[in-house]
Amino acid sequence: MAAHRHNSEAMASDVHKKIKAAFKAFDYEANNTVDVREIGTIVFSLGCFPSQADLHDFIAQVEEDHTGFIHLEKFLPVMTNVLLEKRFPPIPEDKLLQAFEVLDKEKKGYLEQEELTKYMMQEGEVFTQEEMDEMLTALTDQKDNVIYYKDVIDELIIDNDI
Amino acid sequence: MGCGVSNIHFSDVSRATLSAIKAAVLIQRWYRQYVARTEMRRRCTWHIFQSIEYSGEQAQIKLYNFLGYLMDNFTPSSNERKLISHIFRENDVCRDAEWERYFCYKNIEVPEIYSGPHLTFPLTVEQAMGLVEAFRNKKQLHSRYILQLLLETWKLLRKLPNINRISTCQSKEITICGDLHGQLEDLLLIFYKNGMPSLEKPYVFNGDFVDRGHDSIEILIILFAFLLLYPSNVYLNRGNHEDHIVNLRYGFTKEVLTKYKMHGKRILKLLQKIFSWLPLATVIDQRVLVIHGGISDSTDLGIIARVDRHKYISALRPPKRRVTSSAGMSIDSEADEEWSNSKFLQRRASMTYPKPFGTRSNFQNRSLQDFSDRIREKVEDEVELCRRRTLHLEEQNQNDENEQCVSIQSVNSDNAKEEWKQILDLLWSDPMVQDGCIPNEVRGGGCYWGPDVTEYFLNRHNLQLLIRSHECKQEGYEFCHNRKVLTLFSASNYYDVGSNRGAYVKLGPDLVPYMVQYQATSMTRELTVRQSVGRTERSALKVLREQLFAHKSDLLSTFRVYDTENTGLINLSDWAEAVESVMHLGLPWRMLRSQLVTCKSSEGMISYYEWFNELTIKKPQTDGLIETLYRHRSTIETIFRIVDTDNSGFITIEDFRQTWKLLSIYLKMEITDEAISDLAVTIDSNNDGCIDIDEFMEAFRLTDKKNVQEWRTLW
Repeated sequence: MAAHRHNSEAMASDVHKKIKAAFKAFDYEANNTVDVREIGTIVFSLGCFPSQADLHDFIAQVEEDHTGFIHLEKFLPVMTNVLLEKRFPPIPEDKLLQAFEVLDKEKKGYLEQEELTKYMMQEGEVFTQEEMDEMLTALTDQKDNVIYYKDVIDELIIDNDI
Repeated sequence: MGCGVSNIHFSDVSRATLSAIKAAVLIQRWYRQYVARTEMRRRCTWHIFQSIEYSGEQAQIKLYNFLGYLMDNFTPSSNERKLISHIFRENDVCRDAEWERYFCYKNIEVPEIYSGPHLTFPLTVEQAMGLVEAFRNKKQLHSRYILQLLLETWKLLRKLPNINRISTCQSKEITICGDLHGQLEDLLLIFYKNGMPSLEKPYVFNGDFVDRGHDSIEILIILFAFLLLYPSNVYLNRGNHEDHIVNLRYGFTKEVLTKYKMHGKRILKLLQKIFSWLPLATVIDQRVLVIHGGISDSTDLGIIARVDRHKYISALRPPKRRVTSSAGMSIDSEADEEWSNSKFLQRRASMTYPKPFGTRSNFQNRSLQDFSDRIREKVEDEVELCRRRTLHLEEQNQNDENEQCVSIQSVNSDNAKEEWKQILDLLWSDPMVQDGCIPNEVRGGGCYWGPDVTEYFLNRHNLQLLIRSHECKQEGYEFCHNRKVLTLFSASNYYDVGSNRGAYVKLGPDLVPYMVQYQATSMTRELTVRQSVGRTERSALKVLREQLFAHKSDLLSTFRVYDTENTGLINLSDWAEAVESVMHLGLPWRMLRSQLVTCKSSEGMISYYEWFNELTIKKPQTDGLIETLYRHRSTIETIFRIVDTDNSGFITIEDFRQTWKLLSIYLKMEITDEAISDLAVTIDSNNDGCIDIDEFMEAFRLTDKKNVQEWRTLW
């Protein structure tokens, strides 16, 4: 097989494999369907950064008439286009640091839990209390009880391509 | 709460205008992405552990079947047969009176310096509590007391029926625990949260008390002690690990021999018997059935109630069938041909969480070969087999008393086979999503059964709920089949710290299950989700790397097929395909790539020679041999322990050589006598003609330095 695959056909096939792998991780009954509530996780894990509205639109396109399930047949072509068009592109990494610095008005180098909570719950998109609690647990420094965002960013930065 | 910021394109935003709102949204999206990736990693990790665990079980059963087949086809005088025959022989001591003498603990002295607990019989509550406390403080019970305890336990178990029947009368809540697997911490945690067994607090322990964890014998001692104290309030079900053959592989045998150097062998022998006397099932209020594994479409509680359960020392070995030869002699022949030769039906998805990636229809455990096919292939072998059978027949005459004792105990052929299958299904089966009932080829024993089988079974026996264990669940429990089947697993952090919670169930007179979850190890509470997934993942990846290394030559030749121009590079897609075609684990290799291949690649290509250098083993000698040995190390260790008849931890060089001959048939290895001799000499470093099994196995340790260092910093 050729070592380099640049033609579009090969790329599409590559993309298909990526999508199928991610999809199958949630296909519990091995019948090519997933629960609609897992779609967000799948789309995100494929390297996309949709907004909540984006996700709603996406789901509307692929869901099987309110069954609560999504079939691979419908998911695959739509997701393929999303990836090929780079419709929900990743936000540049340096912007992430800037974002934290914007929130850190006093330029302390860290954020208090209450500060972060306020911004997440009031300024951003809809963010549930559960998500907030998990976020605090994940990002807060054990000893000092604050969020050292420069350190945290390393965790949040994306892995290499799958 | 949201502010309609759905379609911000962050690439357009310059530094100056990044407002708080946009910043918040940006952070949220990154965070959600991170959570999704973590979740994906968690599922991959789980899947790795599970596929390796089950393939290990399958390997075990296949090994055992293979040895059984050899037993029946080698002449009695052959060396190979002598090496392994003892594990198939029914316990030497047949009559009860002789057993009591064998338990003899009276001439074992307890030295003055012994600081552990002392037991007197009949046991008191204080003594049982004392045992728990002593084990919490890492003390060990003296072998004299263990033997005495086992004797009393055996006397009690013999009187119990195959199916315990209990009731929740007097508003008592019954507590049911699942697999403990030698994890004493979990048992202590359960007692701490729920209270110890007592007249007011009945318990059912649903099997798999031993293996894998470090404190299997302590758990047994505690359970037996409470059983003796409260025989009407403590109930034990047998699990598939209450089986000396399984114990050889999964650590219990080793644990006992290490902790009890002088009397370990006797303790193990007695436990063999005791395990076979453990009840097979428990029924609560005639409505709830508790069994370790599961059911099949032929499971019949009536038959289960009638079997002589103690005849099945190991659930893996079908009973010998007595066949009359033309000469009027009775010979025993292999009764499980159908089982070992059966074409396994296409496996469909099981209920395990998370679900397997892709279909398992092509599941083949790459470290096993179906020996029966291979043996049948050669015509001359067939002739040889016939010749051996005749010889066997003639030699049967000259069998010693032991074997005759066995034939007396052999059961009627057809019934025996039926009964054996009932027990095997009970202890080894797993539920699946689809209807129907198919052989469980992943584990190698029992079935996969579907919701329709559950429905039929429950109706037939007038039951409303089936509680079973046998499978690790992330939350410690899981319902399936329309909430008619409950899987309960009580060993938390089973695969690794943070991998899963444990759970126990409380059942009151209303028979509505109430679940309690927990997780042992204080460390877990302090770890964040990220750290906890990270550490389990590291552990899984380490195991996976070992497996990959063991298949190096197969992988290399497959890569070369893709890399026609011999550049030493392969692209990601081909790499994933190639690896799966060799490993057959159904894992998402693309997703795992960044964790498995750390050497830098150019333009999305992987340099596979460099990759193999990453996965090196400590003592590189003859590449091919070490690799093969490594791949089969669990099997090798098991065989060593079988060959080590007196359970000393050592085998002679001669036995070692014989073992390799045996293995070379099983593993289809070409090993010259010379290579074996060289290996034997290298390992016997002190030249005393004996090989230390543990030392030998120690040679198989990957130097994945990065991981080892990281691992150490966590502790």
